[in-house]
Amino acid sequence: MRDVSIIGVGQIPVAEHWDRSIRDLAVEAIAAARQDAGIDRVDVLFVGNMLSGELAGQENLATLVADAAGLLPIEALKIEAACASGGAALRAAHLAVGSGAHDYALVVGVEKMTDYLTDGVTAALALAADADYEAAHGITFAALNALLMRRYMYEHQARHEDFAPFSVNAHANAALNPHAMYRQPITVDDFERSPWVADPINILDSAGICDGAAALLIGPTSETRRARRPPVRIAASATATDTLGLAERKDPLVWDVDLFEPHDAFTIVSVLTLEACGLADRGRALKLAAEGRIGLEGDIPICTFGGLKGRGHPVGASGVYQLVETVLQLRGEAGPAQVRGATIGMAQSVGGSGSVAVTHILQV
Amino acid sequence: MTVELPRYHRLRGAYYRLEGSACPACPGRYFPPRAVCPACRTAGLRMFAFCGRGTLYSFSRVLQPPRGFASMAPYAVGMVRLEEGPLISCQLADTDGVDLSIGMPVEMVTRKLRDAEEHGYIVYGYKFRPRLGRAR
Ligand SMILES: [Zn+2]
Repeated sequence: MRDVSIIGVGQIPVAEHWDRSIRDLAVEAIAAARQDAGIDRVDVLFVGNMLSGELAGQENLATLVADAAGLLPIEALKIEAACASGGAALRAAHLAVGSGAHDYALVVGVEKMTDYLTDGVTAALALAADADYEAAHGITFAALNALLMRRYMYEHQARHEDFAPFSVNAHANAALNPHAMYRQPITVDDFERSPWVADPINILDSAGICDGAAALLIGPTSETRRARRPPVRIAASATATDTLGLAERKDPLVWDVDLFEPHDAFTIVSVLTLEACGLADRGRALKLAAEGRIGLEGDIPICTFGGLKGRGHPVGASGVYQLVETVLQLRGEAGPAQVRGATIGMAQSVGGSGSVAVTHILQV
Repeated sequence: MTVELPRYHRLRGAYYRLEGSACPACPGRYFPPRAVCPACRTAGLRMFAFCGRGTLYSFSRVLQPPRGFASMAPYAVGMVRLEEGPLISCQLADTDGVDLSIGMPVEMVTRKLRDAEEHGYIVYGYKFRPRLGRAR
């Protein structure tokens, strides 16, 4: 494998984009990434997306996007790995460029979720769970995470308000991010007063439904001197899987991931991820957050642009947003959200209730 | 429109009788059924029916139901540690006025799983309820 770098990034604000279709969203993010890179060539397109068939009535999505973005006749594929689709799309692109099969690969994560009412989106998101043994029983995604959270609270004698620092941190950082959807800071009180979705998960434990698209252009590191922006190396890229059904895990509270960075779709996911990645001992992640260590000034800053909770979670696009944000941090272009002296960043995209994890470590 | 009939027909063993799998080569017992043992990778697992008793491992209440479950909401869901070992995710039945707690004994019952579809097919399957015969 040859060394691969990210040479261009682009993103559009996460929002309810009533006036834009899934193709409009993707095209805009792609244009931004190509502009940022200053390199015209694209050999292959990977589209990270989870629900275009279900929520946009559109499959064969990659060809549609390639056409709309003016990229025909290049190879184009949709990569689907539930909420980890965005990370999985970069993983596929990294393999394509690293192997030498292609030189320049474009990755776009895109999701259009707001054309449906909440019950339809809730049913669609449950497609990432086991259809026959979870979704068919009315066990929603929030409910699966609620089952984990209740068990965690039981095993570690935690209270609901102990999870507040994760949501408070995400909203505080999102306030600094012009692309974020939820830019208003929240207090522990707001967190505790929020209505239940599936107890003990409430609305402020959960990332919201929204639309978004983010894109990356990658190429061989040996060629990056041609790029306009400082290249960011992909130092590591890995995917691991576990059972689709939560109940079939050896221990549902232990996620077998190899590396780190949080996919904070629910506060409990941040907690389990920090512990699984070894950044906190088992049962200690809440304490770490309570001590303020996850903030921008802490020793383990997480969700620096607001995370899924604050920025918004357009599911198949979220993994690419995480990577765009990591690149901006490493280039020193994060503005008020900048983590000082950052040279290595990790982004982890999780699909299902921890059934697939795609992790990238980026480095300058 | 999905063709639900064959789907739920092929699930009848698991849904009505809690049929999972047992590994002939190791003590592995699995629900839902699987073809290959995840512990020792042996193929050709045999049908194994679980007794339907267990204890509550975790629980929640769904207040934002997906399409197809509106008439039942709010409803309780849980994970149950079956007596034979595996965990199962399920709806909880007969929980009105019951203070659910982790570790409480529960048992399987057969109930309607979701709202009737437009074409009238009613899906039945397992749920778990607080075990009868114990003081509430
Ligand atoms: Zn076995």
